[in-house]
Amino acid sequence: MMSNKFRTKFLQIFLFLTVSLGFAAKASEDVEHTENKFDISTMIFHHIGDAHEWHFATIGHTDLSINLPVILYSADRGLEIFSFSNLKTPHGSHDMVQYAGYTTDHHGKIVSTDANREMFAFMPPAHGHANPGAIKVYNVSITKNIASLFLSVAILFLVFFSVASGYKKRKGSAPSGIQSFFEPIIVFIRDEIAVPNIGKKSEKFLPYLLTVFFFIWFNNLLGLVPGGANLTGNIAVTFSLAVFTLIITNFSANKDYWMHILWTPGIPMWLRPIMLPVELVGILSKPFSLMVRLFANITAGHVIILSLLGLTFIFESVVVGFASTLFSTVMSLLELFVAILQAYVFTLLSAMYFGQAVAEHEHHDDHH
Amino acid sequence: MELVTPDFGLLFWQVLTFLTVLLVLSKFAWKPIISGLKEREESIETALSEAKKAREEMASLTADNQKLILEARKERDKMLDEAQKMSATLIHEAKEKANQESNRMIEAARAEIQISKEAAIAELKNYLASTSLNIAEKVIKRNLSTDASQQQLVAELLSNTSNN
Repeated sequence: MMSNKFRTKFLQIFLFLTVSLGFAAKASEDVEHTENKFDISTMIFHHIGDAHEWHFATIGHTDLSINLPVILYSADRGLEIFSFSNLKTPHGSHDMVQYAGYTTDHHGKIVSTDANREMFAFMPPAHGHANPGAIKVYNVSITKNIASLFLSVAILFLVFFSVASGYKKRKGSAPSGIQSFFEPIIVFIRDEIAVPNIGKKSEKFLPYLLTVFFFIWFNNLLGLVPGGANLTGNIAVTFSLAVFTLIITNFSANKDYWMHILWTPGIPMWLRPIMLPVELVGILSKPFSLMVRLFANITAGHVIILSLLGLTFIFESVVVGFASTLFSTVMSLLELFVAILQAYVFTLLSAMYFGQAVAEHEHHDDHH
Repeated sequence: MELVTPDFGLLFWQVLTFLTVLLVLSKFAWKPIISGLKEREESIETALSEAKKAREEMASLTADNQKLILEARKERDKMLDEAQKMSATLIHEAKEKANQESNRMIEAARAEIQISKEAAIAELKNYLASTSLNIAEKVIKRNLSTDASQQQLVAELLSNTSNN
């Protein structure tokens, strides 16, 4: 028993020193939580999901975490703002705390205690009691993901205002400092992504492409920071980004683009009505692939790293601990690459869709 | 299922935040960055084309210089040639003149010598005549008895004459 505890402590220290510091803290916390059995899937889903507190580590029985603000809106009560500490289950307790008619479920989600009031969700709970007359409560709390989102925005502003000021200060001369780090990336997005795929009208789309690239990249990297949130691996985020691309594509599309979809040229006449639904599905399937690709790649990366680290606590062996730490470190390095790769892929594909929407086709000459 | 169901709160904040980021960065970051980049690229482009123009001008200038040098060289050759010719004629003329002068001088000298000679001869003639007359006079005056004394006298007179 003593040696087991010693071994666990040793592993904790060892893991603490690796790149995967945050993940390890998370895993060890879950070990202590459940006490009897380590549940890897709970640990992983807890990590990649969202929360109302930003948890960094648990030392002994003290949680090192920040309670985030809860913001609720309902038609009957208006705006309700309070700290999550009011709803937080005390450490070691299993009793759900109630506050102002709200409590938390076993996932840590806020639910209403009043049967006539219901939390709004896009997908109602599978075994929930449908109450069509219930007043909807909209949960717009600053969760861990949203706090991380704000943090990334602060970093984006800090970085790119500083880069932009470089161009004002050193007009026409060579870049320096942070400006010279980001300039090749900006030029790459302009000259290798926007211009070749969109052509003459690329300038119009460049601000969006640059924003999307750096937004995804910075948030991917923030997700890899120990204790970081899994923002770009969240379907709501990738969904919204994909919707932006969808909207921009279809609102900037010219006549040729719609002609191509509605009455595909270059194919036999009888095939054209059959092609129409296929092309219409294509409008949605393209951004859908963007959404799923980013979500799956980032979430999968996190799941792999967490699974590798989780092996240590399943086998409770030093050898496995050593090997899994090594593997997860290698995976973390790979994830650093995936972080920029996925940002690049999203930006490139968005640029390609914009390019298709604004391309000037010469149908009569191209197709026979 | 929860993993692939978008959360309302996160979607709300994400859309709001992303739109803000897009607008703010477009206005305060991408616009100055892209225009700054373009400006710099254009200035580099102009600098390069200007350098090329300057190089071409330089080349044409060098060609012009070459032409000028060639012309100057030709001119110099011509001038040298002319000078040489001129000097040759001058020398020739001078020689001619000198010849003529010397000839003239020789002629003049010759004439003078002739005149001097003639004068000398005349003088000698006069002297001889006067000397002869003197001798004859003395001879006559002495009345010489003998031939011997006469001859002695003549010799005496002659030696006097030659001594003079």
